[in-house]
Amino acid sequence: MYVAVKGGERAIENAHRLLAHERRGDRDVPEVSLSQISEQLSLGVDRVMTEGSLYDRELAALAIKQARGDMIEAIFLVRAFRATLPRFGATEPVDTGAMQVRRRISSTFKDIPGGQILGPTFDYTHRLLDPQLAEGFSPETPETSEASLAATPRVTDILGRDGLIEPSPEADAETPVGDLTREPLSFPADRDLRLQNLARADEGFLLALGYSSQRGYGRNHPFAGEIRFGEVEIEFMAEDVGFAVPLGAIAMTECQMVNQFKGSATEAPCFTRGYGLAFGQSERKTMSMALVDRTLRARELGEEVIAPAQDEEFVMSHSDNVQATGFVEHLKLPHYVDFQSELGLLRKLRKEFAEATEAPPMQEAAE
Amino acid sequence: MTATENDKQAQRKAVMAVLTHSDPSEISRRLAAIMLPAHENLREPENGLVMVRGRIGGDGAAFNLGEATVSRAAVRLSTGEVGFGYTLGRDRDKARMIALCDAMVQSDEFAGLVETKVIAPLRAAISAKRNRKAAEAAATRVDFYTLVRGEG
Repeated sequence: MYVAVKGGERAIENAHRLLAHERRGDRDVPEVSLSQISEQLSLGVDRVMTEGSLYDRELAALAIKQARGDMIEAIFLVRAFRATLPRFGATEPVDTGAMQVRRRISSTFKDIPGGQILGPTFDYTHRLLDPQLAEGFSPETPETSEASLAATPRVTDILGRDGLIEPSPEADAETPVGDLTREPLSFPADRDLRLQNLARADEGFLLALGYSSQRGYGRNHPFAGEIRFGEVEIEFMAEDVGFAVPLGAIAMTECQMVNQFKGSATEAPCFTRGYGLAFGQSERKTMSMALVDRTLRARELGEEVIAPAQDEEFVMSHSDNVQATGFVEHLKLPHYVDFQSELGLLRKLRKEFAEATEAPPMQEAAE
Repeated sequence: MTATENDKQAQRKAVMAVLTHSDPSEISRRLAAIMLPAHENLREPENGLVMVRGRIGGDGAAFNLGEATVSRAAVRLSTGEVGFGYTLGRDRDKARMIALCDAMVQSDEFAGLVETKVIAPLRAAISAKRNRKAAEAAATRVDFYTLVRGEG
């Protein structure tokens, strides 16, 4: 017999009302504004934009506020918002070489054209809590010095000129760019789809996988060839206008990992590479992404696939924190009927077990 | 395409680039200072998304990085010029103002006025902001020097 159970509407309504109250916190404390979140918790906003896969600072700040600072909940909210707007098309691929660089470092070459620019970084800070920040701290205005007019070419472009590093895969006009928001994933997946998946992947998951590859679970011997952060101009080919229109600039971080070389009887040995790109200042994310991009190229580079970080199906199927949290957290929802049937089965098995153990071992005695 | 058409297109792109980088309240304030021609919305301003593409390795084949919010609009001057406005973000009025400027840039009567009263001051503000950011970054540039050991 099927029994429909209803109820709980009032409880749910009141729970949401309580949530709104708790979210606001102590009402004697001023409410946090979206611009405060966007300006002062900006790296959190960058993460929500990157993993929410939507560049819009104000929406990401709203999501963080609504989610009470729960980043995965905020990412979920942003993903859901995406579905409410039509897509006009795809931009022209960005030129990160023309980035207005705010930070740009290389761990492979000391003297790179354009220089090592530290920018706003936690690197070299002492990681001591700063009591000054507890209240009313007004920092000094930044130092300035004359900006160089020299270009800041990508380090990989410099290595590429001498053939010391493999070239990037060239665009094939025949093959459309894969889009996992439009077609379900299938394996094996090409590198464009893998990079799209990694770009929206959970930072913690990629960090752990990248770390595992450094510790020996999969071959990875990387150098951070270059990390750059700054603003990149975006253009969109608008059919109605008839030319590629400028849309403005987006802040992005790019990481180029330089990895161990390969060669063959017919090809001279050269470095290989892994690539990371994300919205905002997302350095740990892009470094992890570049490590995992490289490990996932195992098949293509003829390496033995022995570690989780090299297994594209494993990585790509578990990297999305919205999907992951959906499946993990659905366990909270009522499973009363499922559980009743399991309980019934368990009771039956226990009864059979009890009967079997209580019964005297007749067969042995008979022998 | 003729050289003149190319020039015109480059000019329209340059104007759009300035406007997309500008604060909408600043554009509005500059536009308020000039007598605007009669115009109508050819396409009601609307919000949407674009898929932002990167390149594998920075210079290789394209891949889809993630989406961005955009707004777009189209206006037509009573004299027939059609202007388009596209910009990142969800500010529909900003897209409409960009479309209006794009239409005026195509009109011989208004092109000069838009350039001097709207675009030039905005361009100067953007350029100042960009230079300040570049100068801040430049101050964090590492100057390596070699220590000479004393016992030589």
